[in-house]
Amino acid sequence: MYEHDVLVVGAGGAGLRAAIAAHEAGADTAIVSKLHPVRSHTGAAEGGINAALQEGDDWELHAYDTMKGSDYLADAPAVETLAQDAPEDTMRLEHWGMPFSREEDGRVSQRPFGGLSYPRTTYAGAETGHHLLHTMYEQVVKRGIQVYDEWYVMNLATTDEEDPNDRQCEGIVAYDVQTGTVEGFKANQGVILATGGPGQAFDHTTNAVSCTGDGHAMAYRAGAPLEDMEFIQFHPTSLPSTGVLISEGVRGEGGILYNNEGERFMFEYGYANNSGELASRDVVARAELDEVAEGRGVKDEYVHLDMRHLGEERILDRLENILHLAEDFEGVDGLVEPMPVKPGQHYAMGGIEVDENGQTCIDGLYAAGECACVSVHGGNRLGGNALPELIVFGKRAGAHAAGDDLGEPEIRTGYGDDVEDDDTELPVAPGASGLDSADSVAADGGVAAETGTLEQAVERERARVDRLMDKDSGVQHAEIRAKLQNAMTDYVNVFRNEEGIEKALEIIRECREEYQDVYVDDPSTTFNTDLQQTIETRNLIDVAETIALGALVRNEFRGAHWRQENQVRDDENWLKHTLVSWDDGEPSIFYRPVILEGEEKTYEPKVRSY
Amino acid sequence: MSTQQQEPESQESPQDPEMKGTESPQQRRLKEKEEGMVDEHAEEEAEAAGETVHIKVFRYDPEVADKQEPRFDDFHVPFEKGMTVLDAVMYARDEFDSSLTFRHSCRQAVCGSDAFFVNGSQMLGCKTQLSELEQPVRIEPLPHQEVVKDLVVDMDHFYDQMHAVEPYFQDEDTPAASDLEEQRQSPENREKIKMSSRCIWCGACMSSCNIAAGDNEYLGPAAINKAYKFAMDDRESEEIKEHRLRILEQEHGVWRCQTQFSCTEVCPKDIPLTEHIQELKREAVKKNLKFW
Ligand SMILES: Cc1cc2nc3c(=O)[nH]c(=O)nc-3n(C[C@H](O)[C@H](O)[C@H](O)COP(=O)(O)OP(=O)(O)OC[C@H]3O[C@@H](n4cnc5c(N)ncnc54)[C@H](O)[C@@H]3O)c2cc1C
Ligand code: SF4
Ligand code: FES
Repeated sequence: MYEHDVLVVGAGGAGLRAAIAAHEAGADTAIVSKLHPVRSHTGAAEGGINAALQEGDDWELHAYDTMKGSDYLADAPAVETLAQDAPEDTMRLEHWGMPFSREEDGRVSQRPFGGLSYPRTTYAGAETGHHLLHTMYEQVVKRGIQVYDEWYVMNLATTDEEDPNDRQCEGIVAYDVQTGTVEGFKANQGVILATGGPGQAFDHTTNAVSCTGDGHAMAYRAGAPLEDMEFIQFHPTSLPSTGVLISEGVRGEGGILYNNEGERFMFEYGYANNSGELASRDVVARAELDEVAEGRGVKDEYVHLDMRHLGEERILDRLENILHLAEDFEGVDGLVEPMPVKPGQHYAMGGIEVDENGQTCIDGLYAAGECACVSVHGGNRLGGNALPELIVFGKRAGAHAAGDDLGEPEIRTGYGDDVEDDDTELPVAPGASGLDSADSVAADGGVAAETGTLEQAVERERARVDRLMDKDSGVQHAEIRAKLQNAMTDYVNVFRNEEGIEKALEIIRECREEYQDVYVDDPSTTFNTDLQQTIETRNLIDVAETIALGALVRNEFRGAHWRQENQVRDDENWLKHTLVSWDDGEPSIFYRPVILEGEEKTYEPKVRSY
Repeated sequence: MSTQQQEPESQESPQDPEMKGTESPQQRRLKEKEEGMVDEHAEEEAEAAGETVHIKVFRYDPEVADKQEPRFDDFHVPFEKGMTVLDAVMYARDEFDSSLTFRHSCRQAVCGSDAFFVNGSQMLGCKTQLSELEQPVRIEPLPHQEVVKDLVVDMDHFYDQMHAVEPYFQDEDTPAASDLEEQRQSPENREKIKMSSRCIWCGACMSSCNIAAGDNEYLGPAAINKAYKFAMDDRESEEIKEHRLRILEQEHGVWRCQTQFSCTEVCPKDIPLTEHIQELKREAVKKNLKFW
């Protein structure tokens, strides 16, 4: 048994920032991560960090752009906090030595990004995330914060009160990937989940293989609701063969999209007459798929992104990394030919419901970064807004967990009297059913919000590993995972309709049933990735189901969530967040109104045109 | 060429499932496949693609009886244009043998987890196109590192060396939050440290270095390059630079480098490592630091 004041799960941008803040606030802090910190997915971020740093720009403009970009589904208190804190927190990175790109006078450079009314994206070449991650890891090393790397966190230990709002998180149960031992970690003050996105729920994704929604699933099963999961961002420019991302920075610097007839389709067909290629991501992603559907795609699959006209010097200065990516992963030389691109799953706007201080409805349980939903992105995230979210809300979660007084939150969490229930008929019974019987291999601590003390939780996870390891035939996780990923990409993609989503839910259900017969082929306790991926697959099933459920009930068109049956944004009925919580082995759905009132003003929903 | 999976290894270590008293799940699966229960899906794909790639993958597991003696397994993976070494081992794992173990995450050359020894050279699996390699493609763990299992090596020593150079910015007087004015850095100075800041801690350079192989205390190219990034950054003061040079010119530091360039050759991020090490030697001399 290990014991610390604050335990941070995950060592990407959010986790590292949270750990530094908790440590600075005086707490004995440790990080537990399935990857060594520098391997975290934050390292892949390319484009930059939005922060109103320059004269002529201010946080209010940043907040306004973000509210508009969110299609009015973000909570104003969170958005204003983001915009207000981002400049200082970005400058803090600069003081920690982050090598930002520079202007002639030595100040950090900023560039335009989609949906921004001012060029406020601060960057370090086209590898901003790499530098952000390494800079923060360096600070963690400097402070001597303990890191348990290559430890896979399997579950949370929360107390077992009937109402999740009364529960308390005592710690976590983790599995040492190197040796196979399952151990408990007690958290005296708080557990902060910073486990990143759930991109692996989809087949074509820009996300790393490690983005399996573990934190989402653990918090969900412990009783914390997942919010706005239907809002998945599909990035318009990923490489067709692998999903590797071509940064929005390319369009920010002036890159142009063409169809197979060489037409600049964003303008030619009126998808975005003002902003063209720099319209927000949902708009561009749909335009590309429309082009392909209309027969104007290249090889019926993708479109072209051209940056040749920017000139070699500028490309090498600002986008060099993109040249390498196009060359290594698609065999295309971006200096002499256009690059093939198509939409790919990229970012989850939704996540574990938290307030501005990073708290979930469970006492002592926090979340920050992409796994959390504060919510600053609403229906659509603006490029360059995730990295400031990591540092702003990572820092706040760390400080709050360590006991700093950040004031009363305005955002409420958990089921309460301000929520509205849902009465949608679901096509299949979602949720566990059958998986919670203790002797099933698939039974896992937390399935039916199984709770208790840390010791009990450790025993449960040990038993779960034994069951998985003892069984020596059945289905393998890779098969189930592939089926799930294909279903999500086929039916819960950029374009959605009721029939398709119902089909997806049925397939998810099948995956659950097949999972009851899952087994781990590798008998070893040393670095057993087979076992780890088997557990991850279970998490993906839970997360995929919440995405599909959210997509099914939200019968309107908002941000990245496009619904064929209902092609209008329905402000009258849908200015509210979708929440899915795990309730005695079944998901239950409820809603909470969006908060549009900010500090000084109210953000009135307007038609979002670019 | 047969499209299906692995043929149990012939030369390195003959493996006959029948000879063992108890059958491991891996062996059983293997047998099932040999008996014709082949993956139809895989076969179709291979047929459509018209070819397969033959990879030979190093296997070792201290715990599993038939893997305690290191061996190579052969896999025939259906080939698709654009396929990388990482794609091939992932395919082999997902379709043929789920116990095949290796680190990987980003698939885009930024996380540094999948440095392997491929056809005798250190490279990132995800960044290396199969079409550029001679077949059969031999995939092994990084040399000079202790093997944990299959392609996974122990990175602790590498991390220790990285940490030994105090790899964090040291500016003396960070202003209070309220007046956190940015520090200025000329574009030229930023350009100067640019290449050194790209390191993804993959360990390829360290594994390729003969000196590091013979001297366990040698800081090694990656750590020295990390120190270079800070030492050359004008935002740090002269005193701190001197402190950094003192760490670097100690007995197992920069002077150990014999400019063999193997690190520079293998670095997937094209960092001019040897050049950086030479430059630091010159700086140490300029500063009149004692040298070994
Ligand atoms: C290709 C790409 C480019 C992007 N570019 C930009 C950009 O330019 N600007 C921007 O603002 N945003 C960008 N984004 C989005 C942004 O990078 C991510 O949202 C963000 O980095 C996520 O950070 P995180 O700290 O939440 O998670 P991650 O960096 O994914 O870290 C998750 C951590 O959790 C750990 N973990 C996960 N599960 C477990 C478990 N079960 N047990 C233990 N540890 C666990 C992992 O090891 C890892 O350390 C980009 C995203 C992608 C995919
Ligand atoms: S210097 Fe290059 S080869 Fe060495 S660890 Fe860094 S990226 Fe890898
Ligand atoms: S998988 Fe990340 S570097 Fe290859």
